[in-house]
Amino acid sequence: MSKELLFGKNPDEIKQIVKELGMPSFTANQIVDWMYKKDITEIAQMSNISSKNRNLLSAKYDFGVELPVKSEESIDGTKKYLYPAGVNRFIEAAYIPDENRSTLCVSSQVGCKMGCLFCMTGKQGFQQHLSAGEIVNQIRSLPERDRLTNIVYMGMGEPFDNPDELMKSLDILTSDWGFGMSPRRITVSSIGIIPAMKMFLDNNQCHLAISMHSPFDEERRKLMPIQHVYSIKDVIDIIKTYNWQGQRRVSFEYIMFKGLNDTDLHAKEMIKLLNGLICRVNLIKFHPIPGTPLEGSDHDTMVKFRDSLSAKGVFSTIRQSRGEDIFAACGLLSTKELIKKGFENQDSEILNY
Amino acid sequence: MIYTNELKKVIVTSNISISANVYLLSFKREFKFKPGQWIAVGLNATDNPRLYSIASGVDNDEVNVLYDIKPDGAITPNLAALKSGDAIYISKPDGSFYCNNGKGWWIAAGTGIAPFRSMLESGMAKNKKLLHGGRYLSSFYFEKEFADVLGENYIRCCSQEKGNAVFEGRVTDYLKDLKQLPSDENYYLCGSSEMVVETRDILVDKGVPFGNIIAEIYF
Ligand SMILES: Cc1cc2nc3c(=O)[nH]c(=O)nc-3n(C[C@H](O)[C@H](O)[C@H](O)COP(=O)(O)OP(=O)(O)OC[C@H]3O[C@@H](n4cnc5c(N)ncnc54)[C@H](O)[C@@H]3O)c2cc1C
Ligand code: SF4
Repeated sequence: MSKELLFGKNPDEIKQIVKELGMPSFTANQIVDWMYKKDITEIAQMSNISSKNRNLLSAKYDFGVELPVKSEESIDGTKKYLYPAGVNRFIEAAYIPDENRSTLCVSSQVGCKMGCLFCMTGKQGFQQHLSAGEIVNQIRSLPERDRLTNIVYMGMGEPFDNPDELMKSLDILTSDWGFGMSPRRITVSSIGIIPAMKMFLDNNQCHLAISMHSPFDEERRKLMPIQHVYSIKDVIDIIKTYNWQGQRRVSFEYIMFKGLNDTDLHAKEMIKLLNGLICRVNLIKFHPIPGTPLEGSDHDTMVKFRDSLSAKGVFSTIRQSRGEDIFAACGLLSTKELIKKGFENQDSEILNY
Repeated sequence: MIYTNELKKVIVTSNISISANVYLLSFKREFKFKPGQWIAVGLNATDNPRLYSIASGVDNDEVNVLYDIKPDGAITPNLAALKSGDAIYISKPDGSFYCNNGKGWWIAAGTGIAPFRSMLESGMAKNKKLLHGGRYLSSFYFEKEFADVLGENYIRCCSQEKGNAVFEGRVTDYLKDLKQLPSDENYYLCGSSEMVVETRDILVDKGVPFGNIIAEIYF
């Protein structure tokens, strides 16, 4: 059986471990430092901890940092990394370098339960929540880590369906004892699971991005089953009760589907819904996925749509598409084939209904 | 809209096991709802509640909730230990997994049958075909009620056991085998994301417009 992992634990948890193993209490801070401030990959490399204590630790724990097992590079410089997440399971993270910023799009789950019609990850079904360590490892083990300026939780999975590990991972990224990143460099993207969204907004200062994709109830239900449970109007009503006057930002993601959600009526309804909220709308080109009944809007329609929103004070941009050729673009991440291979000879737990 | 911790105490009137690891919980109805809606259920007023489709008719005296025990789940093992007279905490009904009276298909996996039981008991089964997927022959909850009303339009798909008049395989296998599917009827899907996503792909592949597919996912 594999050992428990240290990486991803917070100082309180490490203190508890140190106590249980009968180690001097000051070693807790040293271990936390080794995990989040330094570049080692094994407990044996914790050189300021006695070998006796390292052996005690190693008997029960693994350090828990995993390098990506595969990478692909797009012609536009975007890179997609494949990380292991437990036995036979994998996740992807997309590194997107730009002129003056470099963003990593991280995953929060293996697969996803939300079943959005336009999303490859949704087609994979749900296999596993990622632990905080597995989330943060995507950053820690990124070859370009030194150049990284921004993090978006927009990879595989719905972050608010894994709220405890999400919050813990944000804590590691933003705490002084952790990576010490500014919450202004981190955006959590969600389809709007209200109870967890409230917890996030109450306890954290990172930015929020909400996937809207349609302002109309009926239409959004068909694109995103979550609309049956938490409607976009309710999500926005709650967001409006928070303060967006300061540095914290909220944005709305809007994938544009030809003839479906790209009309004047849609723009008008969005303006109505977002009235009074300081926010931004990111219009995204749709990348068709196999078997999809949807098509992307053309560029002119997107420009017109953007201009209608902006003319009414809803600041909108068209997000440049990145990494399409390596399936790293928005909504294209999937590790289903790899997972299926791993389970070929077992009673598949992907399909157990 | 429920998003606060506005949970109200109600008293359990019964909590019976209707199949291995599957329970039907009841309490007195003190609110109105529409078939297809859910309530949040918690074991105390402050805990993070879970959502459950209402599994009983709109005019019934009692509200039913159908659930299966997730062995390492936070709530369901404790729900299963409840006895008549114990308290639970529930939200107002919410959600919009509604069904119209036109011709349509109800497609459920496991406890995803719950909203269709509510629709059945609310007199909405006319014009409907029901596909219910389960692993075992004992997984077809409310079998007799559905069979009595729907007759031939009630199709049980069993993936792990063989049985009389039961299709051998998943609901997705059943649908794949069909030559043609009406493209002008609605398809209501309820259950795990795996079932919903696979079924939706099959329906779209067979020419059903995605706008006719209405899905509730038990996440
Ligand atoms: C709209 C809606 C309606 C619903 N209606 C019903 C219904 O009518 N009947 C019904 O039975 N359910 C229904 N559900 C599901 C229900 O809300 C609960 O999710 C379910 O009962 C499990 O609750 P739990 O607290 O016992 O398990 P949880 O603690 O929430 O765990 C759920 C499952 O996930 C697994 N899990 C948890 N954490 C991890 C992890 N880190 N890694 C891997 N797996 C993990 C657990 O093992 C468990 O099997 C509905 C859900 C929704 C959204
Ligand atoms: S868009 Fe996000 S929430 Fe929807 S299925 Fe894909 S990963 Fe899940």
